[in-house]
Amino acid sequence: MKPINEVTSVLTPLDRKNVDTDQIISKEFLKRIERTGFGKYLFYHWRFNADDTKVEDFILNDERFKESKILVAHENFGCGSSREHAPWSILDYGFNVVIAPSFADIFYSNCMKNGLLPIRLDVSEVEELLAKGKQQPYTIHVNLEKQTVTGQDEKAYSFDIDPYYKQMLLNGWDEIALTFQYESHITKYEERQQQLV
Amino acid sequence: MMKNIIEKIWDQHVVYEEKGKPDLLYIDLHLLHEVTSPQAFEGLRLANRTVRQPELCFATMDHNVPTRNRDAIQDPIALKQINTLQTNCDEFNIPLANMDHPDQGIVHIIGPELGLTQPGKTIVCGDSHTSTHGAFGSIAFGIGTSEVEHVLSTQTLWQAKPKTMEVRINGKLGFGVTSKDVILAIISKFGIDMGTGHIIEFTGEAIRNLTMEERMTVCNMSIEAGAKAGLISPDETTVAYLKGRKHVPEGAAFDKAAAYWLSLATDEGATYDTIVEIDAADIEPFVTWGTNPSMGSGISAHIPYAKDFESESDKDALKKALTYMGLEEGMPLTSIAIQHVFIGSCTNARLSDLRAAAKVVAGKKVHSSVTAIVVPGSRTVKKQAEEEGLASVFIEAGFEWRETGCSMCLAMNDDVVPAGERCASTSNRNFEGRQGAGSRTHLMSPEMAAASAIAGCFVDVREMQAI
Ligand code: SF4
Repeated sequence: MKPINEVTSVLTPLDRKNVDTDQIISKEFLKRIERTGFGKYLFYHWRFNADDTKVEDFILNDERFKESKILVAHENFGCGSSREHAPWSILDYGFNVVIAPSFADIFYSNCMKNGLLPIRLDVSEVEELLAKGKQQPYTIHVNLEKQTVTGQDEKAYSFDIDPYYKQMLLNGWDEIALTFQYESHITKYEERQQQLV
Repeated sequence: MMKNIIEKIWDQHVVYEEKGKPDLLYIDLHLLHEVTSPQAFEGLRLANRTVRQPELCFATMDHNVPTRNRDAIQDPIALKQINTLQTNCDEFNIPLANMDHPDQGIVHIIGPELGLTQPGKTIVCGDSHTSTHGAFGSIAFGIGTSEVEHVLSTQTLWQAKPKTMEVRINGKLGFGVTSKDVILAIISKFGIDMGTGHIIEFTGEAIRNLTMEERMTVCNMSIEAGAKAGLISPDETTVAYLKGRKHVPEGAAFDKAAAYWLSLATDEGATYDTIVEIDAADIEPFVTWGTNPSMGSGISAHIPYAKDFESESDKDALKKALTYMGLEEGMPLTSIAIQHVFIGSCTNARLSDLRAAAKVVAGKKVHSSVTAIVVPGSRTVKKQAEEEGLASVFIEAGFEWRETGCSMCLAMNDDVVPAGERCASTSNRNFEGRQGAGSRTHLMSPEMAAASAIAGCFVDVREMQAI
């Protein structure tokens, strides 16, 4: 996966809570056997009407956010299905960062495995970002190394992230290769279990 | 030290621990299906890796298999996924119950049925409803495809130790109230993110009185409460269910295993990070009216008003949900007419579910404006239901009797609810478009769905059962 550290872009304010992974990527698009090519299906039924015309008032269809790399939403983002197609489609569409007050567990860990940075900020901080972002395009700068989010008006926020995941994202590590360094522990564990039977 | 069951199982499975890192956890059983695994196998091949313990894996095909004309799959992309799983299992020596195998079925139904699911195991699957297996007193949770790949090649996962939560259901359930109503009532009361970061243990008199199949329904939906997993301490009910199943040890080895299983139960006096309680007597048959599983009410209630909520975002969420669902604030639930009934899914398509639904519909007819289907959870369930005569009860009442699979639970095959139409469903998710673009899903128990099929609208099934 690609390393990630600094990202600067206007934020896309997605004014919803409990955004579930069925909405992020609908099941009719899960039949591919590759990891790529899911971006065009992101939020498909929110972006397009049944006749495939654009839903004009959906935020992702607003030209001003076309180049945005940062998605901001309310609580419990990514709930529901474990489909990793959700972060794949978000990344493939062009976002590198999702900011919300909270994330569902499986989605959060799926982000980490793909180099999509999920940032938890306080509810009030997210509300503030959303309010500014809705008023007019609002550019923010994310720095993972420093664990900060800074707005164009210099308003700054800091966030927490597990140090293990932070290193993984910063370095773009392959987790399986890392785990192989502990193979002797796995073998020992298996031998111990064998003796118990 | 007193430990709860979650701590006991966790501690036993830590392969490696170091401060500042998640624990490296050993995985005892890895279940696979056709939709979330192809990219994982592809990853193995690209990196020249192999499967560490193929015999700890078990695969089946369920998500996009057709429930009619299974021999001629029309959808070429679905067929490709099904064939890909077959090839991957052949290449990596993974046991597979494919479409022709008598054990085939929804992955969370066949794991327990075959006795693969056992107390004390760590169980994962690229599917969020893996929490179902927790009913046996195992730590079972859904994972993403990268984690599937990680488990395939290392048989482990890096996992931060979750917090623990006790959800206690006190007292006895009333007449006609099912385990589906219990879990829907819990989620409605505490919200769909109540369990985030936690593993839940369900306890209390009402839980102890449930059969294994009913316990599976509760644990199945712990993910809808946002929990990493949900489980129930093993007891004699658990041991009795497992005895004689295909992958369970026999004779003296069974007695030894059973003693170990029972020893895993939470110690008297053990604590949790969070405890919540609910009274069984307060729960009535439940129906959801919104677009997530917490948006539901007892059948005697009405849809809430925006003014009942304090925050603007909650008012807004209610309005958005009702617009999507084509419903109004304040409507009584019993005034809502339906066009479809789906009895199926890993939540409620076991033999006992079909028995309960058949009892409600026996001798009656499906309402003329309703299309109703029954999709058994596995081929074994289907066969047993046919032998018992349940299939003919459904067919005589006007239900369609289908082959097994996930079917209309997520509508990846051609079992789809058309846009704008309403379905009484025994599945677990009522998200927008879950059963087809524009479809409107209402979650409930098999009994309630069966009663709705007859009445053509939501009714209190207890009125039918009392007669
Ligand atoms: S029945 Fe539904 S919830 Fe269960 S595994 Fe299949 S798609 Fe998932």
